[in-house]
Amino acid sequence: MDTLLQQLINGLTLGAVYALVALGYTMVYGIIGLINFAHGEVVMIGTMVAFTVIVSLAGSGMPPLLILGIGLLVAVLACMILGWALERVAYRPLRHAPRLTPLITAIGMSIVLQNVAMIIWGRNYITFPPMINKEIFEVGGASFTNVQVAIVCLAALVMLGLTYLVQRTRIGMAMRATAQNPHVALLMGVDINRVIAMAFIIGSALGALAGCMVGSYYEIAHYQMGFMLGLKAFTAAVLGGIGNMAGAMAGGLLLGIIEALGAGYIGDLTGDFLGSHYQDIFAFVVLIIVLMFRPSGLFGERTGDRA
Amino acid sequence: MLEVSGLRVSYGGIQAVRGITFHVNEGEMVALIGANGAGKSSTLRALSRLLDPAGGSVRYRGKELLALPPHGLVAEGIALVPEGRGVFPRMTSLENLYMGAYARNDKAAIARDLEHVLGLFPRLKERAQQVAGTLSGGEQQMLAIGRALMSKPRLLLLDEPSMGLAPIMVQKIFEVIRAVASEGMTILLVEQNAKLALEVSQRGYVMESGEITVTDESNKLLADPKVRAAYLGE
Repeated sequence: MDTLLQQLINGLTLGAVYALVALGYTMVYGIIGLINFAHGEVVMIGTMVAFTVIVSLAGSGMPPLLILGIGLLVAVLACMILGWALERVAYRPLRHAPRLTPLITAIGMSIVLQNVAMIIWGRNYITFPPMINKEIFEVGGASFTNVQVAIVCLAALVMLGLTYLVQRTRIGMAMRATAQNPHVALLMGVDINRVIAMAFIIGSALGALAGCMVGSYYEIAHYQMGFMLGLKAFTAAVLGGIGNMAGAMAGGLLLGIIEALGAGYIGDLTGDFLGSHYQDIFAFVVLIIVLMFRPSGLFGERTGDRA
Repeated sequence: MLEVSGLRVSYGGIQAVRGITFHVNEGEMVALIGANGAGKSSTLRALSRLLDPAGGSVRYRGKELLALPPHGLVAEGIALVPEGRGVFPRMTSLENLYMGAYARNDKAAIARDLEHVLGLFPRLKERAQQVAGTLSGGEQQMLAIGRALMSKPRLLLLDEPSMGLAPIMVQKIFEVIRAVASEGMTILLVEQNAKLALEVSQRGYVMESGEITVTDESNKLLADPKVRAAYLGE
């Protein structure tokens, strides 16, 4: 069963990335009930910024890991600013507008960001320079690289940190309180605008990290890459129960594994009629099934009426 | 301590509160009574800035409250126990109480106040680790009052604390309100149960379709035949 093990490993890698991006969707939704459709583009910008930094430092003689680290850091900072600005410029003025208005604005921002990225980084696929010497490990007939190990470990570490932040710190308490009852949170002295800004900033930082992971895993980037990635991560968030952080993590991992298994076995199942390039359909089949049978998701406790 | 003058609240085109004027002195408990829809809760919601008043002024210890950001009120010493309790349903009782102290950073005093609140409501001690959404209505009301006390307020605003509770629970809640008042807390109590409200308070205001129509000492209001006929079911 080496295909099974291999696809589980690949799925875990992919799932870790989906989980990080899904957290960005779910944190914002949990607090203001907005599906930030521009989040996928924030991830893309993160990848692109990391790419630019890494390429421009590549000839400097610095150790590759340091360059990668700087690229990651700059991308995370850039996306934090971008996330903050998005909320401030596009969503905050619409705080009291009907729910459909910010949703459409989010789609608009997604298009704007894509086009800005196209102008800056061009229409072609960009090759992400490999900064880590790939090492391949073999276990039980399946193989994985040190990049995959790094992705999964880093994602796990970041998710642990985020859980601590939300469960144990003052700002985390304020975020949970705001998500559960914004009016009463205000009475307790919580500055709601600050909490909302924090949700965008943290979500965007996670997105940037995920973007860098995707870049180092596939070694390519493209100005439209945020669209599909964002849609899949959104599916993961819905699968886990949108608004629920543990759900986003579980949904991301589960979706990654479903997708990888699907890609691995679709050829066998359809007598090679459909190949592994049909990988993308699995996320949407999952989305449709979840919306039909369990719209509140696996961990979702409330069936919100929010758009 | 609190001076409200000409306060107006409107929803769309409808005036819910039509320029009311009243005051609360330091250390007293004042009841705001009236029928459903008279504008009592709207008044409290405007005072605590859950909604923006259409006009008027609210002076508190010499400061204009309407000029402050809504989240700044708690630091001024004003706490509201909202209608319907408004506990954070997926936080534990203990976390809810700590949220009450969110605007404070005097750790030692917070710990003392927590002991005090748990002393007032021993039931909350038993339920400390329980998620607030699974508490009974009465327990949630205790939690909401305890949470408001955790902010160490000088002025406590209570919005319909008896609403939807069993009579025995109402009794318990009002015992605690009495105890808190006897410690010198200034309280503005909005209550549909006029008899109960007038029995615990020193002064009362009667609201009728957005206006204050009668005001007097509570025991005189209790004896007033018109008030008795309209609000005490006699």
